[in-house]
Amino acid sequence: MSGYPVSMQETIKKLEQTRSSRLGQDVPRLSFEGREKLLKECHPDYRKDSIRQISIGPNKGQKLTNKLVDLLEAKSYLDPEKVNLEQVDFDVDVLVIGGGGAGVSAAMIAHEQGANVLLATKLRIGDSNTIMAEGGIAAATQPDDSLERHFLDTIGGGRFENKRDLVSVLVNDAPLIVEWLKDLGCMFDTHPNGDLVVSFAGGHHRKRVHSCKDLSGMEFMRVVRDELYNKGVPVSEFSPAVELLMDEQGNCAGAVLLNLETEEFSVVRAKSVILATGGIGRLHPNDFPTTNHYGATADGLIIAYRGGANLLHMDAIQFHPTGAMWPEQMLGQLITEACRGNGAHLVNKNGEHFINELETRDTVSSAILREVIDRGNGIKTPTGGEGVWLDTPLINIRGDEGKLDRMFAGIVHRFTEYGIDVRKEPIMVFPTQHYQNGGIEIDPEARTSIPGLFAAGECSGGVQGRNRLGGNSLLDIFVFGHRGATSAVNYISSAKVGKLTLQHVREYHRELDAAGIKNKMASPLLLPDYIRDEVKKRRYS
Amino acid sequence: MNEQLVPIYVMGKKYDVPEGLTIMKAMEWIGYKYIRGCGCRGGFCGACSTVYRMPGDYKLQVGLACQTTITSSMYLTQIPSYPNPKAAYDLNKIENPAKAILEVFPEIAKCVGCGACVKACPQKLRPIDYVAAALRGDWEQTAEMSFDCIMCGLCASRCTGELVPYNIALFVRRYFSKVVRPKPEHLINRNRDIRNGQYDLAVKALAEKSAEELKKLYDQRQFEKI
Repeated sequence: MSGYPVSMQETIKKLEQTRSSRLGQDVPRLSFEGREKLLKECHPDYRKDSIRQISIGPNKGQKLTNKLVDLLEAKSYLDPEKVNLEQVDFDVDVLVIGGGGAGVSAAMIAHEQGANVLLATKLRIGDSNTIMAEGGIAAATQPDDSLERHFLDTIGGGRFENKRDLVSVLVNDAPLIVEWLKDLGCMFDTHPNGDLVVSFAGGHHRKRVHSCKDLSGMEFMRVVRDELYNKGVPVSEFSPAVELLMDEQGNCAGAVLLNLETEEFSVVRAKSVILATGGIGRLHPNDFPTTNHYGATADGLIIAYRGGANLLHMDAIQFHPTGAMWPEQMLGQLITEACRGNGAHLVNKNGEHFINELETRDTVSSAILREVIDRGNGIKTPTGGEGVWLDTPLINIRGDEGKLDRMFAGIVHRFTEYGIDVRKEPIMVFPTQHYQNGGIEIDPEARTSIPGLFAAGECSGGVQGRNRLGGNSLLDIFVFGHRGATSAVNYISSAKVGKLTLQHVREYHRELDAAGIKNKMASPLLLPDYIRDEVKKRRYS
Repeated sequence: MNEQLVPIYVMGKKYDVPEGLTIMKAMEWIGYKYIRGCGCRGGFCGACSTVYRMPGDYKLQVGLACQTTITSSMYLTQIPSYPNPKAAYDLNKIENPAKAILEVFPEIAKCVGCGACVKACPQKLRPIDYVAAALRGDWEQTAEMSFDCIMCGLCASRCTGELVPYNIALFVRRYFSKVVRPKPEHLINRNRDIRNGQYDLAVKALAEKSAEELKKLYDQRQFEKI
């Protein structure tokens, strides 16, 4: 029995009828100009209500994604007058904030280089978007690939707005990072002779994504976390940073942490801070569902911005083309791009494919939105949703009978729970918020504009330009996690921490008042709010 | 919207919630705001393991709150954490893995093969089998059989021998991937060249091109076949 309602099964028949003819005909690739045109017509970034001008801070006057501006124009979660900065609870060389791939690798490397490190994170170590990354890590490790090819794909993917010096180090360090992960004992997919298996991701013109089945990020995360524990690096879980601390010279000098369970604050004095707090997905930009972790609430952007750090490309949000649209329980969850990289087509209600599946994510998402919203070619669900088909059985047809089970066991397993056999039936998909393309501006050494403050991974900006390619994020986190750690360790050799202050928060509050902004929110948000209004109305206290 | 409400028992307390929700969304519908017991919300992170029973059925069932749809009258409790102090080891210093595994995880010998772990695994893995494979030194089997583990802790919560099976599996996977599998030649060669700076000039030349030149090169790319 199919897990799809009868109304949806009709269009599956059409998809099956056109399958053999589709196999012979790839949809031609768009030129760069053709892509720009499609994006401007259909990408959510270009919707009128998507971005708005921010009235204070380093990016004053620029337009940023709406829901981030709400939080940037809010007062601090913390009352700076109440904090006793004389009582220092932790005194360290390097404070790493964030427990995903970037934070854990940065903490590990800084520790290896002899620094006294504390890793603080909002939830558990490993709670991050890293753990949810399915596809893999991009690197030019194959003989017919090159660093230049990876550079060109990445910078074109980012619509030529990436910081070029960042892309240069990204592609240079990529094969080194793959080796680092292999040496830590990550279980990469390999050929019988030990060579690494590589797949396509959209926008790459060579196969260069190295996977660990369809649980690549989880494999990297559990291995680096295990090694962090082996090395005995001190960690503090359920302890998000709610503000950075500065010293009188304007250098970053630590952070105030909140114990989420006891609601007690603590003061960390640090000679340097590495922010690795991840992305923005749980703010639900443009009200899309998201693939992101529960904790992805842009905390690091907020506290760095109050400290004076510049944000880059925060009007460019990535919508992943293939979020699950059915069953409802899986709404918005990620269906890895590797499905398309291994031959699955996107198909409309007429059984037609309408975009080259290996275009960049911004392009493919826009094409799906055009197909469903503008052209009325979507497939409707009984609950009012709409999407297109991802023809997963093609993966086995184009590969071999065991390929889905071998490489996509996670997807096979999760859909089987709902009575859908992705070996025989397609998956219904629709774009879902996936990644924050921009972030806190960094340089190739992961330095921000604030001395003593470094940033790595999704919370940093510049390397991905306006659109990240698949496989470049698991790469980015480790490249800049390493670089941030090395830079921080170099920095602390001459750094002296002065008197701790939250003066920047007071000044930010004054600036808000002067601009006449009255925002009832408090930021950082820390956790998303999914409580119904009906429940809230009855909370009388 | 006329939602059909069904009863569920959260830690014994009855709530009527809309049918079709996952356990996690039902908890939020009720009014819980998660700190623990919620993570990736996509079935990867092991934060939301849940045990439940149905009325009239003694069998203990398991699931991830983010992946399991509620069933009318289910009695549920989440287990957000389970104690598992991890033994530290240095992967670079392991010469005899069979000996090392007994030293790092001496409790492994206490597995009596009861199979409680199999019933407890929301990923439908068979820890009993991968622990047996580890005991007989079949590293590849252990690695392959345990790969989908999300380290949620449920197997450890039910283990009569008090093992933490997933820590053993992780040790073996790491050893297998690092040591047993050879390091690929293509990776060694590429990294030797990178360390020698062989590509520096070419990347620098590309990075210095004008936007127009780069766009032209970008549109001229020849794509490898799938």
